[in-house]
Amino acid sequence: MSIIQSSGDKVFRFFNYLVLAIIGMICLFPFMNVLAKSLSSEGYVVAGEVFLLPKGFNIKAYHYILTNQSFWRSMGNSVYVTVAGTALNTIFTLFVAYTVSRKHVVGRSLIMFLYIFTMMFSGGMIPTYLVVRQFHLVDKLEALFIPGLVSAFNLTIMRNYFSTIPDSLEESARIDGAGNLRILFRIMIPLALPSIATISLFVMVGYWNDYLGPLIYITSTGNRTLQVFLRGIVNASKDINMNDFDSLSELSLETIRGATVFAATFPILMVYPFLQKYFVAGATVGAVKQ
Amino acid sequence: MRQKDLTVPLRLSPRKRQLKKILVNTDLYLLILPALAVLFIFRYLPIYGIQIAFKDYNIRLGVDGSPWVGLKHFRMLFNSPDFFRIFRNTILFSLYRLIFQFPIPIIMALAIYEVKNRFFKRSVQTLSYLPHFLSWVVIGAIFMNLLSTQGMINSILRMFGQEPVVWLAQSRYFRSLLVISDAWKNSGWGSIVYLSAIMSIDTDLFEAARADGAGVLRRMWHITLPGIRPTIFFIIMLRLSAMLGSDVEQILVLISPVVYDVGDVISSYVYRVGLTNMKYSYSSAVGLFSSVIGFILLISANYASRAFGERTLW
Repeated sequence: MSIIQSSGDKVFRFFNYLVLAIIGMICLFPFMNVLAKSLSSEGYVVAGEVFLLPKGFNIKAYHYILTNQSFWRSMGNSVYVTVAGTALNTIFTLFVAYTVSRKHVVGRSLIMFLYIFTMMFSGGMIPTYLVVRQFHLVDKLEALFIPGLVSAFNLTIMRNYFSTIPDSLEESARIDGAGNLRILFRIMIPLALPSIATISLFVMVGYWNDYLGPLIYITSTGNRTLQVFLRGIVNASKDINMNDFDSLSELSLETIRGATVFAATFPILMVYPFLQKYFVAGATVGAVKQ
Repeated sequence: MRQKDLTVPLRLSPRKRQLKKILVNTDLYLLILPALAVLFIFRYLPIYGIQIAFKDYNIRLGVDGSPWVGLKHFRMLFNSPDFFRIFRNTILFSLYRLIFQFPIPIIMALAIYEVKNRFFKRSVQTLSYLPHFLSWVVIGAIFMNLLSTQGMINSILRMFGQEPVVWLAQSRYFRSLLVISDAWKNSGWGSIVYLSAIMSIDTDLFEAARADGAGVLRRMWHITLPGIRPTIFFIIMLRLSAMLGSDVEQILVLISPVVYDVGDVISSYVYRVGLTNMKYSYSSAVGLFSSVIGFILLISANYASRAFGERTLW
């Protein structure tokens, strides 16, 4: 009986590994295919012969992209939005989270409610756009991060973390003469660094990947972010000026697309190992609420 | 050193005590003032601005000065052929996702939990979580690349002697494309929640079942699934209450005018009619209608969970 059981388990184990291996490949191959095409020569790409490895290896598409001014311009815009947005967002979230986590703060539950309510009901796309326009932020890069500076979700995570720090720590600091701000900067923030890092990484990815924001608020080409630039290249050939580049005959739009996709994803791939270190915690901390 | 005292002397009158309690934290209030200003301006002023759904908004007159028109824009919406189309598409998309995408993360979590080889486990997790961190623009590019006439899918079809298919320009494939791309991006990531729920199940239960001769599938059915049932219900509740919301970036990246009939959802419609055609009042009315229904759905889902004794949002 037990032999039959264990052989059944073995069959299961085999299929389990097989199915997961296939899932892994399904996640990896489409991305590898794009990468392989970006490194292949046009003939093979157009003939549909490139699968997972480049054929006719060359880096001309990357040369094209990396010497393209619009690319660097949009890259610069994305870096600005991501860096400034992440810094401000993290700091604001920390300040509010700390304040609402302190039991001696009058109005803490009202402040929390005001944030939570925005999760359930919002003015919507158009009324928000009109306010942003009224404050002369349309076609400004700041419109991409200022309106949503503190998310109720991250605020909840941070507040819950601060609440777990024992009161005795704060009390002993007070006896030593520390005020609110000193406690925040010298005790709370150092203790919360891992949580802060987690939230910052997620916020960062969010700003980098944002597409709807620029679509709504950015009107001029000079203020395009990298996602919008990439979208332009994916959609049509309008960004590729044939006269600019002599060897374009050897490039197909698909290889350039591939190169841009990779260039736009590269920073994400760079922070991915760090994300991975933290993200399981980040993903479950919000979900486990018992 | 001077100790900053947070306790308020009892001899003060109640009002003065309250004032003192507030003043003692002045530094904190100043600290969060910028954040509260942003919250007020960009979250609550728009809520005040929703009134343009009942007005004929005019840029020169502003939100307050524009004339009231009552339910004109709502009547326009209900009489428009777009109304049926965008609501049907939104709800169908949510339902298809619930039916076809929803089980995938659960199955993945069950499968990943059974893997004993740590390197393999880690590799599968690394690969399957990655798409979650790619932007929709990148994912759109990846799918267009896969599905183009020279793409991998059509090359494989050709190898089997089939005719290539123009996937993206056909209405009948579009909803599947939405569900599949959503599944590709979010399934691995979605499995984390279930995986951590499984890991919180008492391992003694598994050991006892094993000792009683239960195979892997029996253990899954009788221990793992009941163990993660609250999580599953919680996610279903969230999904149902978010029924009228779809990922607008996903739609905007994948949609083309050829497939508007099946792909246009409320949010993409609001974006297009509102910002491209600048019908601010009308599109605010559409947005308001859907967020009110969304709000009601959320409240009722929470109420229902409480009634069934499941985990609630608040």
